[in-house]
Amino acid sequence: MSAQIFHDSDSDLAYRAGWATRRIIIYGVLLLWAFICLFPIYWTLSTTFKAAPDVMKGNLIPWIDFTPKWLGLRSLGLSPETIFAESTVREEFLKRFWNSAIVALGSSTFAVILGSFAAYGLSRFSYRFGFMRNGDISFFFLSQLILPPVVLALPFLVLYKELDLLDTRIGLIALYALTVLPIVIWIMRDQFGSIPVELEEAALVDGSSIWGAFLTIILPIALPGMVAAFIISLVLTWNEYFFAALLTASHAKTLPVMVASQTGSQGIAWWSMAALSLAAILPLVIIGIALERFIIKGMAAGAVK
Amino acid sequence: MSTAEGDFLHVVTADDVSERRRLLGKALVWGSAGLLGCVVVVQLADHHSIASLGFENWRPTLYAYLFWAVCLCYSRVLLFGEHGKRALFVLPATLFVVSMVVFPLIFALGIAFSSWNLSSPDGRQFNGIDNLRQMWADPFYWNALGNMVRYTLAIAVEYAIAFGLALLLNADIRARKFFRVAFLMPLMLSPVAVSWMIGKSMLETRFGPVSRLARELGWDNPSFFSSPEVAQLTIMIMDAWTFIPFMMIMILAGLQAIPRELHEAAEVDGAPAWKRFWEITFPLMLPVSITAILIRIIFKLKLADIIINVTSGGPGGATDSVTSFIFREYRDRSNVGYGTLLAIFYLLLIVIALTVLMKLADRWMRPRY
Repeated sequence: MSAQIFHDSDSDLAYRAGWATRRIIIYGVLLLWAFICLFPIYWTLSTTFKAAPDVMKGNLIPWIDFTPKWLGLRSLGLSPETIFAESTVREEFLKRFWNSAIVALGSSTFAVILGSFAAYGLSRFSYRFGFMRNGDISFFFLSQLILPPVVLALPFLVLYKELDLLDTRIGLIALYALTVLPIVIWIMRDQFGSIPVELEEAALVDGSSIWGAFLTIILPIALPGMVAAFIISLVLTWNEYFFAALLTASHAKTLPVMVASQTGSQGIAWWSMAALSLAAILPLVIIGIALERFIIKGMAAGAVK
Repeated sequence: MSTAEGDFLHVVTADDVSERRRLLGKALVWGSAGLLGCVVVVQLADHHSIASLGFENWRPTLYAYLFWAVCLCYSRVLLFGEHGKRALFVLPATLFVVSMVVFPLIFALGIAFSSWNLSSPDGRQFNGIDNLRQMWADPFYWNALGNMVRYTLAIAVEYAIAFGLALLLNADIRARKFFRVAFLMPLMLSPVAVSWMIGKSMLETRFGPVSRLARELGWDNPSFFSSPEVAQLTIMIMDAWTFIPFMMIMILAGLQAIPRELHEAAEVDGAPAWKRFWEITFPLMLPVSITAILIRIIFKLKLADIIINVTSGGPGGATDSVTSFIFREYRDRSNVGYGTLLAIFYLLLIVIALTVLMKLADRWMRPRY
């Protein structure tokens, strides 16, 4: 055997070592950040099943550090032994949950419908309302995003009082739809802009009307964008607290308001607060895991031209 | 905010709108407008006790307004045929936004210059510029505005972290999907739940896991909300935790749109990694970065939920944002007038600041080469 002909030079070997350390650093940082993101969720989930001593000792791992108990769910009337019994707490909780669901779904649907129409119109036809042309109208819609909720909150409090819309779900739906409309228009304008106009032209030549072409041809293509806009609206409206805290009292109170109203008594029943918080975040956590690509699509709209 | 306009659809249609149809359309608009006017006048008369008709609320006016809006939309079709149908795309949204924003804003201007305690029986009392004078002398409001500036400046750090994470996610890694979902999670969580999960339980001084960790690391007596600076920092960190994913996703989308060839070319030319970043990636990412930061600033200016629920502005107003301050101002004294004036002043500041920022951004966004 002859002597080895090819040697890795020192610089190449250094490169491999460098590559390995870089991998370790990258994965280390990624895992650290994933831990930072997920730990609060895990903490809430595990605290739901902890008794007071477990919380105080800071036990973290179930079955090893502490025995899980149904405390959190029982306090909401949702544990196995209470779920079939009468429970006022559960009724209260379900009412709030249901309010949140209706308001979030209703306002998101409404905003997506209105916003899609407007975005389609603005991306296809030229309008003139007085001095305003398409660009100005788009800007008018998008500029609503800048409006901080406080500015509207107190006038709406008074207006809704006069209109007997305080503490109603329909009032909240209208207001929430308003707050997410700019975002929907932003996403949908991007979506419609990417659909070639020749599609409608072909449909129009074949004798369909403008609305017919829009509803039967363009909307199905734009569906991913609509789903993205819908989900982002859902996230924002489900989590909304400020307006709900001001404009609802008893009947239309949403889940975040219920969670907030109980935080004052923290330290007494950690498990019940944890269960409540968990209920407030769980639907969106599931949506986030299942429909992550739509959320990313929606947020990336406008980032890339 | 730039405008991405698609190709316009040009349609020529023969609109033969008969005289009768035109008349009907006009009658519909003016008729319903007249009805709305009548209802308003009747309700006003009732409100000022000129005629007692026993209206309990302003709902009739609302219904008349809705009826008018529907008639207006329908009349577009009657009056302009196919062209009117195009207006139907934008008109409902416009009417909705105008009636939900412009009208309340005008109404707000009226409230802002009055003293109006909702629970007192006197109702609205016009008080000229008293509120303005009160605002001028209100140290807590100015303090809250100052806090907002600091909160907004914290975005620079958030941006750096988000950019770093986006670069990592864009690198050649395994389990990318897992990391993306995990990193996205904080954005999905309700701020109110986050206030409890992190602010009230994890940062709890005795048993919270973070305090425990801090004690392990040698901070004897960790308390996150007792000294002003630390409290403000904690709020910043909690807000950053929720919103970093948002900027990260936008930057990641931008990173993925950069063609690979550019990097390869630079690599062939022997540019070291940091130089490739500063000379290629960063300049190319400038427009996306500016959009992300602008949107982030807009969201940051609405910051309130966490503050209301965790510190309620304390200690001594150190963590107050304008929104949470006005919220408490209303909660404690239920004075609608003063709160509205503060909010409108805030809106004016925001509009001015953002206009300046957008003008500046427009200049920066122009490519250097």
